[in-house]
Formats: sequence, structure tokens, C-alpha cells
Amino acid sequence: MRANCWIGTHDVRVEQVPDPTILNRQDVIVKITSSAICGSDLHLYNGYVPSMESGDILGHEFMGEVVEVAPGVQKLKKGDRVVVPFPIACGRCFACQHGLFSLCENSNPNAGLAEKMWGHAPSGVFGYSHLLGGYAGGQAEYARVPFADVGPIKIPEGLADEQVLFLSDIFPTGYMGAEMCNIQPGDTIAVWGCGPVGQFAIKSAYLLGAERVIGIDRFPERLRLAREKAGAETLNYEEVSVLEALKDMTGGRGPDACIDAVGMEAHTPGLIGAYDKAKQAMRLEMDRPIALREAILACRNGGTVSIIGVYGGLIDKFPIGSLMNRSLTIRTGQCHVQRYLQPLLQRIQNGEIDPAFVITHRLPLEEAPHGYAMFKEKQDNCIKIVLKPH
Amino acid sequence: MDTEQGSTFLKPRNGGACKLAAGLGWFSIGLGAAELIAPDRVAQLAGLPVNNKRESILRAYGWREIAAGIGILTESRPAGWLWARVAGDAVDLASLGSCFAAKDANRAKVTASTLAVAGVTALDLICARQLSRNGHPNGIAARRTVHITHSVIVDHSPEESYGVWRDVTNLSKFVRHVESVQAIGDRRSHWKARGPGGRTIEWDSEVVEDQPNRRIAWRALGSIERSGSIEFSRAIGGRGTVVRIDMQIAPPGGRLAAEALKRLRAIPAQYIGDALRAFKAYMETGEVVQSDASIGFGMHPGRPPAPEELAAAHYASAI
Repeated sequence: MRANCWIGTHDVRVEQVPDPTILNRQDVIVKITSSAICGSDLHLYNGYVPSMESGDILGHEFMGEVVEVAPGVQKLKKGDRVVVPFPIACGRCFACQHGLFSLCENSNPNAGLAEKMWGHAPSGVFGYSHLLGGYAGGQAEYARVPFADVGPIKIPEGLADEQVLFLSDIFPTGYMGAEMCNIQPGDTIAVWGCGPVGQFAIKSAYLLGAERVIGIDRFPERLRLAREKAGAETLNYEEVSVLEALKDMTGGRGPDACIDAVGMEAHTPGLIGAYDKAKQAMRLEMDRPIALREAILACRNGGTVSIIGVYGGLIDKFPIGSLMNRSLTIRTGQCHVQRYLQPLLQRIQNGEIDPAFVITHRLPLEEAPHGYAMFKEKQDNCIKIVLKPH
Repeated sequence: MDTEQGSTFLKPRNGGACKLAAGLGWFSIGLGAAELIAPDRVAQLAGLPVNNKRESILRAYGWREIAAGIGILTESRPAGWLWARVAGDAVDLASLGSCFAAKDANRAKVTASTLAVAGVTALDLICARQLSRNGHPNGIAARRTVHITHSVIVDHSPEESYGVWRDVTNLSKFVRHVESVQAIGDRRSHWKARGPGGRTIEWDSEVVEDQPNRRIAWRALGSIERSGSIEFSRAIGGRGTVVRIDMQIAPPGGRLAAEALKRLRAIPAQYIGDALRAFKAYMETGEVVQSDASIGFGMHPGRPPAPEELAAAHYASAI
């Protein structure tokens, strides 16, 4: 089959690779009809995620048709149309039983490696490094999906791929980011990053009852999308001081909750940005926590900082004093997608949201390398790319 | 150097012998430094007029003293270095003995030196013997073995967990690279595993302790001495069973091989950790899930294996 493979930093190629086969009793093989490039794939593309290996198939946002079913699978059959959540979860362990699917204790064959890096291991994830299991991803014609009775959700007739594809990651991720804010009536929520996850965080904050949502970015097309489609007020951090503007907009108190939808490759003009970029380039700091620092300083006393942007390792100049002295709460996690699939599918069916609003580009799988380059450079107002493998 | 920090051995754990060893270590360094810096003065003190040959011999002895001193003060198990001192003392005594015959020697001073060296030799001997007998914190046998422990919580009862592990033929279903386990009677079993390069490794294992639903201890019979135990205890809060494995490996090649293995301890520790995690996965999900990268030996990219790679791969699967 054809698959988009990570070869090295800034080098992905669509290659001919073996077709996936059933390896475990609870596997299915999915013929992929739609797959997306995630903002977090850019962290891999830019070489900031450790334990990638040349030849790894990328992609963790995909859906398609079940074409092969292992004997231990009960709920799915050939021909079912499914969206596949990015974390691989067994459904049986302590973490899964508590709804913490991205922390499944039985799905990461490289858990020992991850424990060395992070203390304890998270679940396996499709196409996202060997620390997260070394599973082939979904930017391909086919994918093998383990624990098929636990992860994939069947899609009812009448919904287009583009309406449901983002249930695989970015819609639930944005939603969980908002849910972790414990939004109360009258709340103001600020969202750093108006990429696709930021857009869904804004939308979800409104769905969960926020009064006001403020989106922060520097790309005009993203700010426009946040205003026009997600309904946010916006700040361009290259034009205003975000801390001052947020104080000004909230009577000096600050937003009730702040969502970091940026992660490890944050950008800022000026000295601090150069400092973090230099330290990261020298591998003295693994992640650039610029948005996170600002989100902490901006948050009102006693408020919540919700981190859904991806971080990999260690950061520097973390404002622990602000966090501690002002009774802030930090909540974070890779999205436990499995627990949001059904309720969010329901919201899509109810017409409360059409996730397709973030899509700007549709490309055949063969053009994935061009898509990565375009997405990285934000060329052609690129916000979200959907790949079509067939 | 601070003797308290310089060596774990020198902490008060071992009382008198430790203090004596530290004293001898410092004495060694002091004497060695004197021999190196001022061999002429040392020779005069010992009752021998200086000549070039004696100076260079004394300098060589100086390096020996310093090496022994540093060894004693920095090694956590300095008995060997104390024995080296004893040997050095013998060389010193022999040298002094030969000096009695020298025409230019001051006999009285040489006699005094010989008595002093004999006294130090006695101390070295006492200290070395004490440390060799009981001075090793873990006993001599511990030098040859690598000790590894690992725990997981399994969401099943101790009875169920014990039951699956006690039937050793189950182990090939989840322990990586183990191809088959054959029971020979109730306590003995024959194991076959695939090693790196496709080599098959075989050994017998024997259960040496069996406390139903609580503990199993075993011993492998083969070129690599291994013994281990696994304990099953009820986790608090009704959360299943804490399973704790404890393994000791004594590789062939004795102490040197064990030292090498300790440096590479991560490898068997990783393997044992993975085996226990696999047991948990087998208990909880009925199988051990594999990724595209995990099915073979060594690194494989996260992409489906080719048919020939799949045929060569060994992974425990219920399929």
C-alpha cells in the first residue's frame, strides 16, 4: 500500500510499504477513506519528538471502512464505517475503567521506554513515535486497529466523512480542553492558539456555557476563522500585549480559565522567544513554553489553566510562583478520546456543530509531503488538511 | 578527600575495620607522596644513603602506595586493595632485608624501619582479613549476582493470578521470546526461548518454593544461574493483586561478567519489566497487544512488517 512515512526532520515521503495484517485477536483492518494532518504532526515533522525512526508511518486522525476482522472482535464487522480515536486503549485496565483511555496500561509495548522518560507510561498512539508504542499511523491506504471493540465508533448513515473525521482527535481534544476549565455561567475563557484544536476549544467553551471566549494567535486567517466561525473575540499577539489586553478586557481580573492549545513550539516576538528558540536548538530545553507561561500569568486568581497543546519533555523558566501564590489549578492530558466519541457524535447529529469548518485543503495522499511543507509555513492560509488515500 | 564521603564502605556500617582501612589508606597516600617528592629524605630516614637507583625504586614504590591508598579510600569494597598493600609490605620488607647486606647502610636505622614496616604489615593483614571475611556489606556471593525487582497491579484476584503463573506452560503465551515451556512433573519444567540472531536457548527450571496463592520461587538450572520469586498480594482498595517479581542473575564468567551485567542492568531489568507487564496484559485483556515495531528483535519502524519479517518475528500471540 501507499503510506506517508517520516524519514527525518522536514522529510516525509509517500512510499510503498507492506499492507497491514491482523496481529492480535482484537484487531480490525480499516480501509482509510479520510485522514488528516494534525498540528501535533508538525512537532514530528520539525524533529522535536524523541524516538521517531526513519520509515515510521505518520497519522493519527483517520476513518474508513472495516475490511478485515480478527476472531476476538465482537462489535464490528466487515463493511462498518468507523472513526478511529488516536489513543489505543484496552478498555479493561485501571486507567480505561476510569475513563483515562490515553493512559491505558496495556496498549503501549514500549511502556518501559516511556517510563524512563516520563516516570510512568501513557497508552499507545497511532503514528506518534516509539515512546507511544511504535504503531503505524493512518496517513496510508490501510491501517491495523487493535482493541477494535473499545476504540472505533460506528458512523451512522447520512454523515459525510468531513463531518465526523475530527472525532478522532481535534474535536474531542478541544472539547476536553474546555471541559477541564470547569466553566461556570458568566465565565470568560482565553484560548492560546487558533489552529484547529484552538478553534474546537473555542467552540466547545461556548457549548459548555462560557459567556465570552477570546482567541489568541498571529495569523490573520486563523483569527478571522475564530471570529467568524467559532464566535470568539480575538487578539493578535504581534500587535498587542496579550497580558495587558486581557486585563483590559476583563476589568483587570483576568480570564477565569486559560487554554494552551499551542504546546511545545510556541512562538513570540522579541527576546524571550529568541531565548527559548536558542535553548531548544541547543537541546538545553526540549519544549518552548511561551504560551503556557503567558496563560499562567494571565489567568485570574484561583482560575484554571488547561493544557492541551502537546509537550514532550522539559521546560525552563516555569512561573511556579505565580501558579502557587495565586491558587491556580493546572489540568492537562492527552485527550481520552474514547469517552467523548458518543456524546460529541450526538452533538454533530443534533446540528450543534459541524466540525468541517476548520478544513482549508483537501489533497490526495500522494501530496502529503507538499501538505506538510505548506502547513508548516502556513502557506495559502492553510489551517487544516484532509488527505484522501483512495 | 573526605573519608565519610569518599566511600560508601567507610560509613560506620562496618565499625573498626572501616576506620582502620581509612587510616591505612591515608597513610599509604602520605608515604607514597613522600617517596615521590623527596625520595632522598625517605632513604636517609630508612638509614640508606641516596643513590640514583634507590631514588627511582622509591619513586616506583611511591606510585604503588598512592594507588593502594586511593583504591582503599574510593572503592566500596576495598579488601582487594588492602591485600595489595600486604603484598607491597612484603616487597618493602624484602628490600629492607637486602639493605642489611649493603655496606653503606646505617644498621640501627634499617632495623627501626624494618620494625615499623612489620608493624604496618600486621595492621594491613588484620584489616584485609577482617574485610574479606565480613567486611563486604552484602557478602562475597552478592558480587556475582545482579538483583532485579519489578511490580505491577493486575486487576484479578491473587488466586487467579497465582493460578495462571503456577501453570508454567502459560508463560510462553505472554513472555516475549519464550517459545515453549514444557512441564516435567510438578516442579520441573523445560524452557525454550529464541535469543538474538534466531538462536534457540534451552534450560530447565525447578520450583523450590510453592505457597499456593501467595508465592512461587524457582531456580533455573543451566549455564546462567538464575533464581527468582513472584509474590501475589491483595492490593489495597480492592484494586486487584500486587504482583512482585524478584530475580537474581549470576552470569557465567563470575565477578567480571556480573560487573558488566550490572553496568548493563537496564537490559535484563527492561526484559523482566516487560514480562511482568505482559502478564498483566494477558490477565486483563487475554493477549499481549503488539505494535508494528514490537514484533521483532531490535528496532523496526512503525510500519507493517513484510511477510518474511512476520515469519521471522516471534511474538506471543493467541492467534
